[in-house]
Amino acid sequence: MNKTAEQYWKANIRLVSILLVIWFVCSFLFGIILVEPLNTIKIGGVGLGFWFAQNGSIYTFLVLIYVYTKRMNALDVEFDVQED
Amino acid sequence: MDLQTLTYVVVGLTFTLYIGIAFWARAATTGEFYAAGRGIHPVANGMATAADWMSAASFISMAGLIAFKGYGASVFLMGWTGGYVLLALLLAPYLRKFGKFTVPEFIGDRYYSRTARIVAVICLILASVTYVIGQMKGIGVAFSRFLEIDYNTGLYIGMGIVFIYAVMGGMKGITYTQIAQYCVLIFAYTVPAVFISLNLTGNPIPQLGIGSSMADGSGTFMLDRLDQVVTDLGFKQYTTQVMGSKLNMFVYTLSLMIGTAGLPHVIIRFFTVPKVKDARASAGWALVFISILYTTAPAVGSMARLNLMNTIQIGEVGTPSGNVAYSERPEWFKKWETTGLLRHNDKNGDGRIQYYNDKNEEMAAKAEAWGWKGNELENIPFGKTEKDAKSGPDPDIMVLANPEIANLPNWVIALVVAGGLAAALSTAAGLLLAIASSISHDLLKGVFAPNISEKSELMAGRLAMIGAIGIAGYFGLHPPDFAAGTVAIAFGLAASSIFPALMMGIFYKKMNRAGAIWGMIAGISVTMLYVFQHKGIMFIPGTSFMGGMPANWFFTISPNAFGAVGAVVNFAVAIIVSKVTAPPPDHIQHLVEDIRVPKGAGVATEH
Repeated sequence: MNKTAEQYWKANIRLVSILLVIWFVCSFLFGIILVEPLNTIKIGGVGLGFWFAQNGSIYTFLVLIYVYTKRMNALDVEFDVQED
Repeated sequence: MDLQTLTYVVVGLTFTLYIGIAFWARAATTGEFYAAGRGIHPVANGMATAADWMSAASFISMAGLIAFKGYGASVFLMGWTGGYVLLALLLAPYLRKFGKFTVPEFIGDRYYSRTARIVAVICLILASVTYVIGQMKGIGVAFSRFLEIDYNTGLYIGMGIVFIYAVMGGMKGITYTQIAQYCVLIFAYTVPAVFISLNLTGNPIPQLGIGSSMADGSGTFMLDRLDQVVTDLGFKQYTTQVMGSKLNMFVYTLSLMIGTAGLPHVIIRFFTVPKVKDARASAGWALVFISILYTTAPAVGSMARLNLMNTIQIGEVGTPSGNVAYSERPEWFKKWETTGLLRHNDKNGDGRIQYYNDKNEEMAAKAEAWGWKGNELENIPFGKTEKDAKSGPDPDIMVLANPEIANLPNWVIALVVAGGLAAALSTAAGLLLAIASSISHDLLKGVFAPNISEKSELMAGRLAMIGAIGIAGYFGLHPPDFAAGTVAIAFGLAASSIFPALMMGIFYKKMNRAGAIWGMIAGISVTMLYVFQHKGIMFIPGTSFMGGMPANWFFTISPNAFGAVGAVVNFAVAIIVSKVTAPPPDHIQHLVEDIRVPKGAGVATEH
């Protein structure tokens, strides 16, 4: 693997790690582990923990994939590894 | 037009559409048969993936589960969507870059081993077959209930439809049919939800309606009202009831997520797009289309529960007139009574329906004082008799009865039936293709007859599909007892075998043949052993040597949720074995480096 390919892979791993931390936080942490304390905060008639478990985590997942796609396509160009 | 005729018309029209598409999109090459010629636009592919993914379980069962399990059912919502993040970030782009047709093919090449490929085929078939049985049963049940024809006849019709478009069109036919099926099912799901939300909360958007206050002018939030109503009758509070324990919910969610990312019929969808870039986008589009249903489901579930409670408990709890008189039950109640999925067992003989949690001692004591003699709302599971009656309505009727509860016109009800069938058919077709391609491409071409011509392989693929439909049909006609619980188990099997092998193949260059093979075997064995010891060997009743009781569960983890533990075992065994055996040869390490960069994806294709 030449240097650019190596750096490209490192940048990819960094991006994926950050996104997976958020993935964990919005579902497992907010939706399950911290659900009771978060439920004391209400948005409309829904406790925040309950909302994350049933709706919020899904919206976050969508944003995560969107950011990943955007960032990776930019990285492909930056490191000149994009498809022809 | 009466409902019966209308249902026939709507279902007939949708079926004609599917068959028409199949004729238009016939597959001529193995490339089209396995991967739709890699010419599918990411938005279209995302839509097809969504239909492929959302089975009868998502369409019919999930909202019902949410209605009765409340917060606890969040595991399905998070688990069945969060897996797409793993797919998009960890698997889809690399597998597309690899540029072959099937999951076992990747595993076989990456681990330079025919044995690894065969182990992967076995894991794939185990997971897919357990999954497809549930779909076939769903098709038979839907036909028999709504078109009032025999269960077996319904199953044959369903098999015939899948046969026509899957055998003829392969992945190409399936993909275009699934796009049509997605449109049918999402329309059928959201229309009733909008009306019900409008009815209860005045907000037409179900996702917002769940957080709104009641439209009755009381100013109470809908969920607060629901919590109040269910706890008054001794049920657990809707918004806080957990499923098993919190650890169980955690592990269950993780199993479903990893399983989603490891299910072969979902993964092969990412082989159908033109570019690596499109594979990333496809996963995102798939989740967009899935989310429309999944974010609506919590509203459907909670509102259906509230409507149900309000139908039965029309006045103050404990007063004689607080419960609806059986003679004044609504029309939809009467209709579902004929199926046995909802029934009134007048235990205290007062002619009124009492629906409450008689297992709750405090509630039972109060109820006794009011002259209630136990919960009177029951259901008899499909194919069972009166002695197996369970308390409450069958959760599966909630989505189907929803339009009737909300007094929507007959065409909406007919549409919901067509939607349920679309969901089951699209998933069954995708699974059958995954099974057929692993037999014709991985076993036949990959192992037994490597020199087979493309034409013969295409023929073999079609024959394998016919065989798979036959086997699925057989299990549909003779459903094993475990059919209901199999979908969750299929996820466990995929999570514990396929996902770890794929992920390490991409992210861990030093993972070798022995590590991958032993990892897969260890992962799937641990999961199956755990399921068998609690649910019976091969699900035969009476052979479960540890009993199905939660008391015997490993750290309160239910068998359905055990896939994540199996996956951890898979990772651990694979890493340990790979450390003590020879590292993979150089050309394999180069292969891994190559799939990590998108450049040159167009070159590596059919061989």
